[in-house]
Amino acid sequence: MPRQPATGLIKNQTAVAGLGQTTFGKGLPDTELSLACQAVSIALDDAGIEPSEVDGIASYTMEPNREVDVARNVGFGDVTWFAQVGFGGGAGCGVVGQAAMAVATGQCSVAVAWRARKRASAASRPWAQAAARLSDSQQWSRPFGVIRPVDEIAMLTRRYMHEYGGTRDHLANIAIAFRKHAARNPGSTMGHKPMTRADYMNARWISEPLCLFDNCLETDGALAVVVVSAERARDLKQPPAYIHAFAQGLPPQHQTMTNYFTDDPLRGPAWAAAKRMWELADVTASDVKVAQLYDAFSPLIILSLEGYGFCDRGEGGPFTDDGNIEWPNGRLPVNTSGGGMSEAYVHGFNLVLEGARQIRGTSTAQVEGADVSLVTSGEGVPTSAILFTKDV
Amino acid sequence: METGWLLPDLEDPESNEFWAGCARGELLVQACAACGAWRMPPRPMCAVCRSTAVRWEPTTGRGRVWSFIVPHPPLLPAFAEVAPYNSIIVELDDDPGIRFVGNLVASAHGAINEIDPATITIGEPVRVVFHHIEDVTLPRWVRA
Ligand SMILES: [Zn+2]
Repeated sequence: MPRQPATGLIKNQTAVAGLGQTTFGKGLPDTELSLACQAVSIALDDAGIEPSEVDGIASYTMEPNREVDVARNVGFGDVTWFAQVGFGGGAGCGVVGQAAMAVATGQCSVAVAWRARKRASAASRPWAQAAARLSDSQQWSRPFGVIRPVDEIAMLTRRYMHEYGGTRDHLANIAIAFRKHAARNPGSTMGHKPMTRADYMNARWISEPLCLFDNCLETDGALAVVVVSAERARDLKQPPAYIHAFAQGLPPQHQTMTNYFTDDPLRGPAWAAAKRMWELADVTASDVKVAQLYDAFSPLIILSLEGYGFCDRGEGGPFTDDGNIEWPNGRLPVNTSGGGMSEAYVHGFNLVLEGARQIRGTSTAQVEGADVSLVTSGEGVPTSAILFTKDV
Repeated sequence: METGWLLPDLEDPESNEFWAGCARGELLVQACAACGAWRMPPRPMCAVCRSTAVRWEPTTGRGRVWSFIVPHPPLLPAFAEVAPYNSIIVELDDDPGIRFVGNLVASAHGAINEIDPATITIGEPVRVVFHHIEDVTLPRWVRA
């Protein structure tokens, strides 16, 4: 049965009105709870909204800080809506989009979403915490040495290279572009370290065909956003980043990270999210002026460029050639704050803030006339995406 | 003996038949007992017909390399000791939609770092062998 046309009830009804982030680093002294509270507090001040007005909370299921703890520390009022989104890096746009749905449907008026993480200590790596025996999907990969997220994505990368002729030069294009963007962003953790193509090619392997520079950073830090109605946002301190369209994506037969068992493992969650998002939007991929694409690993950029419709299948690699994803002259500047590979890796939530900053006009790699700004979350896991717009 | 290797829970009700098959030297695939569709990994319901009835069917144990990686440290100690090693995905000749993660080895009891990774190619034919570690039998693959 054909699906009903999307009605887009939340289209342009809400906006991100406040942005907050802590410093990023390794081994920050503050606790994760303190970092979360600081980021939320900064975001509320940025919007010009009192904490007592907060009545909605969206968080990652992987977030270590509970709603009750953040609410009583920052001083929220009666919270009447709270929800969580799963799948780690897939949740970034999910929490913001769900907050938008809650505001648009009247379940709350001022919603906050955040991600706080202390990851830089080796002990926090989930894969290093070996369980006694494996009884979930990991039993089909880990006994064979496919242990870390990088191993899981490297397997899909090798297959992609085989099927479509992708090369390490394409991956280098991505790592180098994001490092260039980070160099303009004083808040980034890697901007001080330039990267040449030779640096990339000579970097040590982590899981062939992926090297060190194909991996995201390990970062401590927290970021938060405030979501309110579009009407309210127009009266607040900052230019609204309107939430034009939002979708989540979980495709048929998907297995998270080790998605090796479907007919077409390279057609990932991005495709499911993209289909719905574009149906809900008044714009198309060719209208997007700047994109923040989830980059736990560089090959996810290629898969996302294809999944979200910026190019055909197999063309995501060549799309990165000739500075096409670099600010300021690229056809589609991508990850303009440096992203997870060169700014900070906070489960992709920094991408959400940068997507909103592009609409505000306050990015350190500001794209001229950025009126449509795409943010995507983890590819390789059930995901989510948001289109921000400047005008409604 | 504790090896520090990551191993399956042999009591997992969804998969114990598979691991028991490996212990007997058989590579089994879960099939829907109602419509016959094969599925991997094992799970409780057939997505084709929604039956929960399952049976386990033998395979030829032959397939082709679908992809491969070469992990390097940092890794868990037992794996770091043999790194860099290869991990592969094999698609079965019986049904290329059925895939297994494994390792390409020179012989059943060889280490997972014995094959020069530069010689591994996608599409090359392999056949299953069985490797015993602690109380588990893992399927591994040799060149066919
Ligand atoms: Zn069936």
